[in-house]
Amino acid sequence: MRGNLLPRLRGRVGWGPLKLFGLLGLAIAVLLLPFVAPDPATTNIAVFTVMYIGLATAWNIMGGYTGYISLGHAAFFGFGAYGLGLMLVHLDITPGYAPFVLVPVAGVLSALLAVGIGWIALRTRAATFVIVTIAFMFMMQLLAENLVKVTGGGGGLGLPYSRDWGGDFFNTPYYYAMLLLAVLGLFVSWWIRRSKLGLGLLAIRDDEDKALAVGVPTRAFKLTAFVISAALVGMIGGVYAYYVTYIYPQFVFDPLIGISMVLMAFLGGLGTLSGPVIGAVLLEPAQLEFAYRLGASRLYLVFYSAVFLLVILLLPRGIVPSAAELLNRRRARPVVS
Amino acid sequence: MSLLEISALTKRFGGVIAVDGCSLSVADRSITGLIGPNGSGKTTVFNLVTGFIARDSGEVRFKSRSIAGLGPDRIYGLGIGRTFQLARIFPRLTALENMLVPVRRAGLRALLSHGQWRHERERAMEMLEFVEIAHVAGTLGGALSYGQRKLLELAALMMAAPELVLLDEPAGGVNPALLERISEHIRKLNRQGVTFLLVEHNMSFVMNLCDEVVVLHQGKAIASGKPKAVRENPAVLDAYLGT
Amino acid sequence: MGASPPWFTMTLVLEAAALGILTGGVYALMASGLTLIFGVMRIINVGQGALVILGAYLSFAVFRSWHLDPLLTLFITMPLMFGLGVILQIVFIRPLKTDREALSVLVTYALALGIEGALGYVFTTNYVQLRAWYETASFAVFGFHITYVYVFGFLLCIAILGALFLVLYRTSFGGALRATMLNRTAAQLIGVDVDRVSAIAFGIGVATAAAGGVVFGITNAFNPGSHYDLISRLLTIIVLGGLGSLRGAIIAALIMLVTEDITAVVISPVWATFVFFVILVVVLIFRPQGLFGVRVRDRI
Repeated sequence: MRGNLLPRLRGRVGWGPLKLFGLLGLAIAVLLLPFVAPDPATTNIAVFTVMYIGLATAWNIMGGYTGYISLGHAAFFGFGAYGLGLMLVHLDITPGYAPFVLVPVAGVLSALLAVGIGWIALRTRAATFVIVTIAFMFMMQLLAENLVKVTGGGGGLGLPYSRDWGGDFFNTPYYYAMLLLAVLGLFVSWWIRRSKLGLGLLAIRDDEDKALAVGVPTRAFKLTAFVISAALVGMIGGVYAYYVTYIYPQFVFDPLIGISMVLMAFLGGLGTLSGPVIGAVLLEPAQLEFAYRLGASRLYLVFYSAVFLLVILLLPRGIVPSAAELLNRRRARPVVS
Repeated sequence: MSLLEISALTKRFGGVIAVDGCSLSVADRSITGLIGPNGSGKTTVFNLVTGFIARDSGEVRFKSRSIAGLGPDRIYGLGIGRTFQLARIFPRLTALENMLVPVRRAGLRALLSHGQWRHERERAMEMLEFVEIAHVAGTLGGALSYGQRKLLELAALMMAAPELVLLDEPAGGVNPALLERISEHIRKLNRQGVTFLLVEHNMSFVMNLCDEVVVLHQGKAIASGKPKAVRENPAVLDAYLGT
Repeated sequence: MGASPPWFTMTLVLEAAALGILTGGVYALMASGLTLIFGVMRIINVGQGALVILGAYLSFAVFRSWHLDPLLTLFITMPLMFGLGVILQIVFIRPLKTDREALSVLVTYALALGIEGALGYVFTTNYVQLRAWYETASFAVFGFHITYVYVFGFLLCIAILGALFLVLYRTSFGGALRATMLNRTAAQLIGVDVDRVSAIAFGIGVATAAAGGVVFGITNAFNPGSHYDLISRLLTIIVLGGLGSLRGAIIAALIMLVTEDITAVVISPVWATFVFFVILVVVLIFRPQGLFGVRVRDRI
């Protein structure tokens, strides 16, 4: 019975020695990737894939656990991106490893923004919440475009980069930074899940009014999840800005980034730990490939749309829960009283 | 000493007056029944007391302290729990997890820590055993039978040791054997000091279980007292047989 | 924003207000479809903006091939889009059984992306506009200049909204539709085929998008990516009006557009769009359910 209690990870089938070995091997492969396959094209894919692992995991803390779907998380991504960018530009930091130290600051800034947005957005029920998050994202995009003296407006903002990091090596520090953030996100997600906060969030997802009736402080809990999720996304946005070295409002406050992280979490399985990871690993390389091939003709949007629709209609619960259901014969049987 | 005191409580929905200057009190450590014909405002009174809807006017006092205007979570924190007409539990959580959701006080450390789980889990299992559904502790709420859900709902409610419990039709949709068990559980908890206010249509259930009965009609309390006296009150008969 | 004599600014403000009312009519039409869909099916069609643009492009294609007056293309595009709406509802919305509200947002978003991609492929991302003789011609009323096109568009919107109200309140189908909006289960119990009603309602919503698309396309240059700006405005309007309320959507559209157009004149066009969100924030703080929405708690 103890195996079924908290934390209850649906994808969990049992920690046999084989699984442990496999995970260890995977961890080593992930850690050594830039040295095993140093060519920039591959490491670039790696950076973006790990970035989306982090984004999907962070998004899942809000969307997966509480059931409140935020389609405007790109607001925090962009805010973190501009946050870090402006800090680097105005604080005259020498590029290199030092800027990474400022990434947590970008996270804090995003968290503060989330308190503001969340306090307003969470006054509404789930359906309106979605709309409000979209609206706030576009508002941020508008601000970035129009506060030209601050952000450079539509012309974009350039970030300093290290000239010492030549050729093959350039992507590597960013890869590890993204990896660190993804691992942080997974850790936070796991920690929340096994805490009273996590249980309360899942209760809110199941039946918010009932959760209120048993004393769950729903607004505080939802806001907490929202802020944590935003902080993580903001940090990832900061590293992204530093990586691409030049950002434009419409490409960081980008609804496509916002929708991608949602799709990946959905594909993998909402509310699970490994779901967002699997979703990101499956979709991001494919997304990069399609954008590269079809980008100019806009057809990659059609591909996107098709994948999205297929996932939602055929696998509404996502890969991990569906797989777990198949493997786990010992499903809860209805007991007659 | 009355634990719960409702005075001149009023609530309108558009043109309909659901609760019309209702006044009643619930004595400490009693099992009080709230009865009345359909549409008399019973569930609305529950919703008003537990903070799910806002009153138009009137006063609600719990332990002499006004609680009108507080949200449902604050009210549970003060010690008032409630069940719902159609038993509500969390379908995607196991029975045991359902037991662990109720929060009476949420300090930040307590929220994020894992340490107090064992103590709570033990209490939860005890409660599950008390209502005799410990054997389904690991089953998802959605997979439980209706009777099990009703018992789970009550057991989970008790986790934070509320002093007043509002039961909304505890006998609804329940077979006689289970009904007897539910009555027993209520009596036991009452002996341990819990006050009950229950809304119910099943007259024999009410007459057997309750010390006090209040009758609601068209949003007003028209009679209260011992079950036998109320049953023979002509005004009450009038209300039920209808004009 | 310099120092102009008050009477001059006043004229501009009033002209802006008049323009706001006229364009508000267009947005009211597009938003009405959106709020209707929510009312009947409790889903948010985030693709409404893309459908408007699709309607605009369809009119554009017809206009380009047959040189029809854009407003006349409606006779083709509206029935076509109605059919499309019905098909979309049956194929993509109806299968959603669990978690309807959340999943439908994602589904309609996906559809919007697909439409954007397809349009981009067929028409490229260059900006286009529907051309008509009345595009820039204007007439004077009490010293204000009002362009014909906005008046025509406004009249069209009134006509279609009027037809919508007629259907809703004078036909038996309308009754069934309103019943479904009020209480889906109860409607089923009295024999309403809610599936059929939902499909037709969605079709109507998409048809109104076609109509809105024509007027939008005459008065604005557009490209496949224009749906983002459009949908964020439409969503803001229905939140202000109250999800599911038709008159809420109309009144909200008028308020939003008049405020925006006056702000454009008084402050600057750049910040005019921002005003939209300011209003949204204010509404959410003081009245989250919108003007005519109902504060809903789950059935207790």
